[in-house]
Amino acid sequence: MRTLIKNGRILDPASGHDAVGDLWLDAGRVQAITPPGAKRPEPGDEIFEAQGLAVAPGLVDLHVHLREPGEEYKETIASGTRAAAAGGITSLACMPNTDPPVDNLAMVDLIFSKARQQGVVNVYPVACITKGRRGEELAEMGELQAAGVKAVSDDGNPVSSPMLMRSALQYAGMLDLLVINHAEERSLSGKGVAHGGFTAAKLGLSGVPRSALEVMISRDVILAEETGSRIHIPHVSTAGAVRIIREAKQRGVRVTAETAPHYLVLTDECLADYNSNVRVNPPIAEASDREALLAGLADGTLDAVATDHAPHSRREKDMEFVLAAPGISGLETSLSLVLTAVTATGRLSLLETLRRLTSNPARILKVPKGTLAAGADADVVIFDAEGEREIRAAEFVSQSNNTPFDGRRVKGRVLATLVAGRVIHADPAFAVRRSGGLPAGGV
Amino acid sequence: MPLQRKDLLGLEGLSGEEIQLILDTARSFKEVGQRPIKKVPALRGKTVVNLFFEPSTRTRTSFELAAKRLSADVVNFTASSSSLQKGECLLDTVRNIEAMNVHTIIMRHACSGAVNFVAEHIHASVVNAGDGTHEHPTQGLLDLYTIRECKHDFSGLVVTLVGDILHSRVARSNVHGLRKLGATVRVVGPATLVPRCFERLGVEVHHRLEEAITGADVINILRIQLERQDGKYFPSSREYANLYGINARRLGLAKPDVLIMHPGPMNRGIEISPRVADGPNSVILDQVTNGVAVRMAVLYLLSGGEGADENLD
Amino acid sequence: MPKPKKAQILDAEGIRRALTRIAHEILERNHGTGQLVLIGILQRGDVLSHRIAEHIGRIEGAPPPVGALDITFHRDDLARSTQAAASNRPSHLPFDLEGKHVVLVDDVLYTGRSIRAAMDELNDYGRPRSVQLAVLVDRGHRELPIHADYVGKNVPTSQRENVAVHLREQDGEEGVFIYEREPGEEAKEG
Repeated sequence: MRTLIKNGRILDPASGHDAVGDLWLDAGRVQAITPPGAKRPEPGDEIFEAQGLAVAPGLVDLHVHLREPGEEYKETIASGTRAAAAGGITSLACMPNTDPPVDNLAMVDLIFSKARQQGVVNVYPVACITKGRRGEELAEMGELQAAGVKAVSDDGNPVSSPMLMRSALQYAGMLDLLVINHAEERSLSGKGVAHGGFTAAKLGLSGVPRSALEVMISRDVILAEETGSRIHIPHVSTAGAVRIIREAKQRGVRVTAETAPHYLVLTDECLADYNSNVRVNPPIAEASDREALLAGLADGTLDAVATDHAPHSRREKDMEFVLAAPGISGLETSLSLVLTAVTATGRLSLLETLRRLTSNPARILKVPKGTLAAGADADVVIFDAEGEREIRAAEFVSQSNNTPFDGRRVKGRVLATLVAGRVIHADPAFAVRRSGGLPAGGV
Repeated sequence: MPLQRKDLLGLEGLSGEEIQLILDTARSFKEVGQRPIKKVPALRGKTVVNLFFEPSTRTRTSFELAAKRLSADVVNFTASSSSLQKGECLLDTVRNIEAMNVHTIIMRHACSGAVNFVAEHIHASVVNAGDGTHEHPTQGLLDLYTIRECKHDFSGLVVTLVGDILHSRVARSNVHGLRKLGATVRVVGPATLVPRCFERLGVEVHHRLEEAITGADVINILRIQLERQDGKYFPSSREYANLYGINARRLGLAKPDVLIMHPGPMNRGIEISPRVADGPNSVILDQVTNGVAVRMAVLYLLSGGEGADENLD
Repeated sequence: MPKPKKAQILDAEGIRRALTRIAHEILERNHGTGQLVLIGILQRGDVLSHRIAEHIGRIEGAPPPVGALDITFHRDDLARSTQAAASNRPSHLPFDLEGKHVVLVDDVLYTGRSIRAAMDELNDYGRPRSVQLAVLVDRGHRELPIHADYVGKNVPTSQRENVAVHLREQDGEEGVFIYEREPGEEAKEG
């Protein structure tokens, strides 16, 4: 069955294409992009009217916690991938800090198989750098890479030993595995629960100094330089970190980096009422850091935006700030927050914004996604880039709705998400735009 | 008029007028404490619960006395009591207590912001008896009362706080209260314990004691918490005493009628010398007396479980 | 906030004469000033008690001791929620009550609840030999079995009215006034 998405503004950062046109999908792949009306649809074609809407490759999220196995009460592969689809995300890398952790072949196979059976988007499991994420011995990365793993991380835990980190970079490098290190020098972050600035000091909250993050990021780029391996810095949150990465890139270090939407929108002033929904690791820093992150995203120092989707149940959040679990449920708010903070403010054009959400993360993970080139998988997101909406946590598809953005007005609404040509998420308002084709399983 | 407030969580959010109202009311309650029968029926029939998740004898006793002198019924829950031991979450614990129709909960907790969290979720009044390192508003108020009783006017007054400012809820409450009333505030201690960012609260940050206490009208000495330090913030109590201990010789740098204050319990010989603690400038015991009066004023002025809407024209 | 006065019951002269008469009556009934103390109920009762003491002083040669009671903490619930908060002065009784004849002084006697609160509070200080009551105005409508021994003026009023005593020291003018209660305004306690 062929699908035609017509009259939308088609944006494909990988090729630089940004024009109104018709997007043709066939048998789960992109067939062609044509000027509007250039080709006539045939009976049996499924047609979506996308006038006034943006049509882009499905988003690629490098940093998601699906919580399965072990913490299914927070999220599962099924619910998490559905939440991703609701956010326009069609490919995601899921982190291995599950219970048990993904540090061996059996666990990797489990994730792949569950994702195939119960997931609705493309799932790329990230495996551990060290056995059990304990930071002591390397995991059997050769076997993991052979099973299809593209990246390794102990996320949540740093690899504290510089010697082990160097070893990991060398070993992973030879396998062309991407190393993603959660950069946090624990002796500096100590019992910190919030950014170590004036606000935390005033509120009597133990602070995490910027140095806790920057000291290790600095170490990691030096080690990456020395070993010649690729390294990816997750959830960058401070101005100093951006500076370190910029300089490293200028020297030719093979470093890439991501930040998360909450660091682009909030500052530590949001701590004021001890709202545990803003408790996150690394903590949200100050306005000057936010400014540096936005500038870094604009000038390419930060390659991608990744959600660091961290679902937690209400009973883990409804308590004293200091004891609440850190993390924000972010899959369903990412696109809107980025459009509001980056595109609508004029920092980047829509095309360039989407590059950080599609082709760049795909390139970093080395997966053939995030593009609408002919022959590519038909993973597409159709969204209203201009329309305003109010974020409603109660309506989240994710099992967990721990977000500080409930009630916030933002731009951007996902109207439909297609994976391999099938609609797997559609906003009720989108149904009227569909005609023809077979009765869909997805709308 | 009574404070239009359900809770007292900190001094940061109070206006200068509200603080003066509490101090004025405390003066009347101090007089009650001097009568043969030290009781008034103001909170008769009301129940006040002391919910102390951190141990404390003196603060809890002071609150208990205050509530009883207002004729309230007082119930004490401490951290070792059964339900808290069984891992009941904070919210459930507090809601269970509220279900017994209590007027006010006086709460001390190890986590900053825990009282804010509780106050949002219950109808009873919540009085913060110390939350983590955030605030200890009644201590701040009784310190202000003690100063006002001796010095009368805050504008132009130089008040120096000495010690572990970073971890002190007493310091934060004092800073907020003193600044609201127009005093000049200096904080002094080792650089590891006195963050420079506190300048943003309008205080002078010092690391050398002599500068900070020269010409001071009031020196409020904070307890150095030895059990916390283990060599990470300063090397030894001996060194601390050498650099920051208030002794008779250093006292000479301050004004002759300087007030010496300390929230207690004191580490005699470390942050304060015995001669200064027991000397003529010390008002440390007055602080304790004033504590009961101030706490009576706070309990009296908060609207309690009935809610504020019944009050006033 | 000046309210429209309905009527003036006493002017400055009238107040002075009433207080002078009360001073004489107190002396007559108590056979002089032996063991006599005056205790005014803050705020205006306190002003009046000082004036009465001064009159007595002029008649007998020396004024009796004077104290003041702040009854805020002893009011019953209803009164407390509608009245202004603690007067800024604490109670002050600079003498022992044992064996004394206390004359409580207040400006207006109405429901009697203020006097009940005052007597309760007095109890916490000690046990006087006797307690009497002097008021400038008795406006009726008692809700408790309280009665004044000395009255400046009896003023029949309706529940819809309020009586205000203005004194120079407190209000900048002298006079006793009746005015209509605004809708929603609470009755002044007394």
